[in-house]
Amino acid sequence: MGEKKKKIIKSIKIDVEKCNGCRSCEMICSAFHATPKYSSNNPARSRIRLIRDPLRDIYLPVYAGEYAPAECMGRDKYVIAGKEYEECGFCRASCPSRDVFKEPDSGLPLKCDMCEDDPPQEKPLCVQWCIHDALIYEEREEEVEEEVKLEDVEVGLESMIDKYGLEKVMDTVTRISASKKS
Amino acid sequence: MRYAETGFNLEVDLTRGNIERVETDPRDTELYLGGLGTNAKILWERVPPEVEPFSPENLLIFGAGLLCGTPAIGCNRTIVSTISPQTLLMAFSMMGGFWAPELKYAGYDKVILRGKSPNLVYLWINNDKVEIRDATHLKGRGAVETAELIRQELKEPRAQVAAIGLAGENRVYFASIEQGRSSASRGGIGAVMGDKGVKAIVVRGTKDINVARPAEFLALCNEVMSYIKFRNENPIPGVMPILAGLGSPQEMKVHDEKWHTENFMWGNSRVRQKDFWNEEVARQWAETLDSMRTRLISCYNCPMTCGATISPPGLPTYMMKCFSKLTYTMAAFADLEFGLGIAQSATEYGVDGFSTPQVMAFALELYENGILTDDDFPGMPSDNEGRFYWLLDKIVRREGIGDVLANGTYWAARQIGKGAEAYAHNNIKKHEQLPLKLSMLNPIYFLMYATGEKINITQIEGQFPQAPWPTREEREEFVKDWFQVPDEKFKQYLLDWEPRGEKSMPFYPTVEMCCDIVDWQEKMHYIDDGLGMCSGLSSFPLKPPYHMHNYPAFISSGAGIDMDEAKLTQAAKRYRTLVRAINIRRGMRRKDDKPPENHWKKRFPELEKELLDTYYKFKGWNDQGIPTKESLHELGLDYVSEDFEKRGIYSDNDGASSKETSPETEKN
Ligand code: SF4
Ligand code: SF4
Ligand code: SF4
Repeated sequence: MGEKKKKIIKSIKIDVEKCNGCRSCEMICSAFHATPKYSSNNPARSRIRLIRDPLRDIYLPVYAGEYAPAECMGRDKYVIAGKEYEECGFCRASCPSRDVFKEPDSGLPLKCDMCEDDPPQEKPLCVQWCIHDALIYEEREEEVEEEVKLEDVEVGLESMIDKYGLEKVMDTVTRISASKKS
Repeated sequence: MRYAETGFNLEVDLTRGNIERVETDPRDTELYLGGLGTNAKILWERVPPEVEPFSPENLLIFGAGLLCGTPAIGCNRTIVSTISPQTLLMAFSMMGGFWAPELKYAGYDKVILRGKSPNLVYLWINNDKVEIRDATHLKGRGAVETAELIRQELKEPRAQVAAIGLAGENRVYFASIEQGRSSASRGGIGAVMGDKGVKAIVVRGTKDINVARPAEFLALCNEVMSYIKFRNENPIPGVMPILAGLGSPQEMKVHDEKWHTENFMWGNSRVRQKDFWNEEVARQWAETLDSMRTRLISCYNCPMTCGATISPPGLPTYMMKCFSKLTYTMAAFADLEFGLGIAQSATEYGVDGFSTPQVMAFALELYENGILTDDDFPGMPSDNEGRFYWLLDKIVRREGIGDVLANGTYWAARQIGKGAEAYAHNNIKKHEQLPLKLSMLNPIYFLMYATGEKINITQIEGQFPQAPWPTREEREEFVKDWFQVPDEKFKQYLLDWEPRGEKSMPFYPTVEMCCDIVDWQEKMHYIDDGLGMCSGLSSFPLKPPYHMHNYPAFISSGAGIDMDEAKLTQAAKRYRTLVRAINIRRGMRRKDDKPPENHWKKRFPELEKELLDTYYKFKGWNDQGIPTKESLHELGLDYVSEDFEKRGIYSDNDGASSKETSPETEKN
């Protein structure tokens, strides 16, 4: 692996007590990631997901993390302060066992990218739209090992390969590129 | 491509079990926007005045506003329209929450129900897959309970459910449609849903909603967000707490209820308790609210937290909104603990929080005055609070006296007779009103009460202050940054308005000024109902983030419809007039345009006549309140005047055709 490098660690602190369940975070995340930007929105495409169960007072924003090609061997279920959360409720992975953090039409995995933008956003969009500070943005500097970062396309392709097999994906890519050229 | 809207309605024929996805005409969106506007167009075209509320031909339309599902903050209203069993006129109740955006994401702007299902069913809309499912196992279940059960049975925790309770199933004239955080309550639309045999409409959608010019649209949203923050930090000075800020009255936040408890009427809207609020009450009520209120909650894409989850001791949790916090308490002369407790049952039963407590207080008043007797109340407990629970139960089950009361105070009084009519004293157009009785006639409110066709004062007031600040300095301060006014003249109206003396009520604001003020306030409500905007961020509070000057840009950049202030004013006027036309065709006339007799102690018949005459003219209506041929032509509504002519409406001057029988009694 690479050498030590300074890196800005971006984090979002989630204060579940302050969440009012409005789902603005979901809406604006999906709008920000539309092409062109904000041209459409669809909370089902969001990289943040609010687990909302008002009658049991559960309000839990969860961010989409890494793509997991296979589901875990077991499942977890949390009970906190007498409230039983959804199975795998705290898990951030886009994984074959559930349909969260996947594009609704293609099934491609979704991952929070902290609203990478050029020029950069002052704060991630979900944080900007959460005016009650249930989501608080923080930055800090850390020394880290440089790692190879998988680009979006790569993550997407990898999941397609897991789903359909390398050969099928290769065939399809060849066929599509042929048809695009003609 | 269609922007903001999906361009499709879902047509459901419950008699045949047929479901169709029908493309809509984009020209209608330009002329009538969406939500209420296009709902009214459909009702005009498809529900002629001969159709009874409980006829299979009556439609029940769930319309998402034009901008619902876009990033526009607080735009989440479902406008439910039908013919009301209580008023026999067009009902349109709105609900916030999460349902309308979900419907948009599923790919539809409206769900239109017609016919009647032979068995109790629910509708499950999952994107393109729509099915009518059996709901016999949900019969008699509470509205909140039903939503939970359906989500479990469909294994879809993110589905949004609009359901009726027992009251809707039993066609109680003030039955609501409940949707978790919100409800559509006025006009008895829940009864129509029950009559159609529909227990719930369940929606899940995962499709995109597009806007036409994204960068522009988002910039507008950001401005609105900044202004919301500004207004949250800068409440308006010198007005009572719920008028100082934004939001649909944020009753769940407020502890200080001095104003409501001392100015609104208790019981059957008769008794004012002027020194009710004291330290002990304040302490006790604060304790009650703090111990039961679990969390303040918002509707979809809105930061205002106007609702709350309430957990009364020993009862299931439910969600409460607005003023139902106090209506049961005040009707029963009880405390807040009682009010929050009985509201739990009322929410599960699915009844309107305004009419229901009043109907019960009315019944007990008739009992105290010997018009109803012990024979009418077999087994009723002797304690006051117990009586309210008992009555509620009888009403929603339509058992004994409950069967009569379930028709609301107007119809119940006529059925009971023996002078009971005098006790149904707080109605407009047969519909129970806020429990308010005041002294001096307010000319602005006179017009709003008389002519508001949502028949609910909160659905026409807003924008213009309810009373002048005592000093000119305060008024000057207020108008300084009052950019929401559609015209500078409104600032002058307010500046010159004095609490006493020559320029005070009832003769100031002048008749002409009153017309301007009422028209402006009403217009903003109608625009909200076309767009699906919460009135709490627009037409209801003073100095709202949405107003006449930014709405056209929202519509242009959102829906891709070329819009300016003149065109928007014209569109709102068009469907506002269409609503009146529907009601005129059902017999509504000038005689119906009046506030409750005893709303004000000091009345001014001549002034009131002049107000109504001038306002009718201003609106383009004749002296019976019927839109004239010319004004209809100007709005492109020639089809309305043609129909009026065919039906002889212009020559029948007293609305002799106006129906005076309740649908429920006809059934017997
Ligand atoms: S925007 Fe904030 S308050 Fe709203 S749902 Fe998301 S985390 Fe909760
Ligand atoms: S940080 Fe950006 S990408 Fe991540 S969830 Fe929030 S809005 Fe979406
Ligand atoms: S202002 Fe209140 S009622 Fe209106 S949308 Fe927002 S939270 Fe809902």
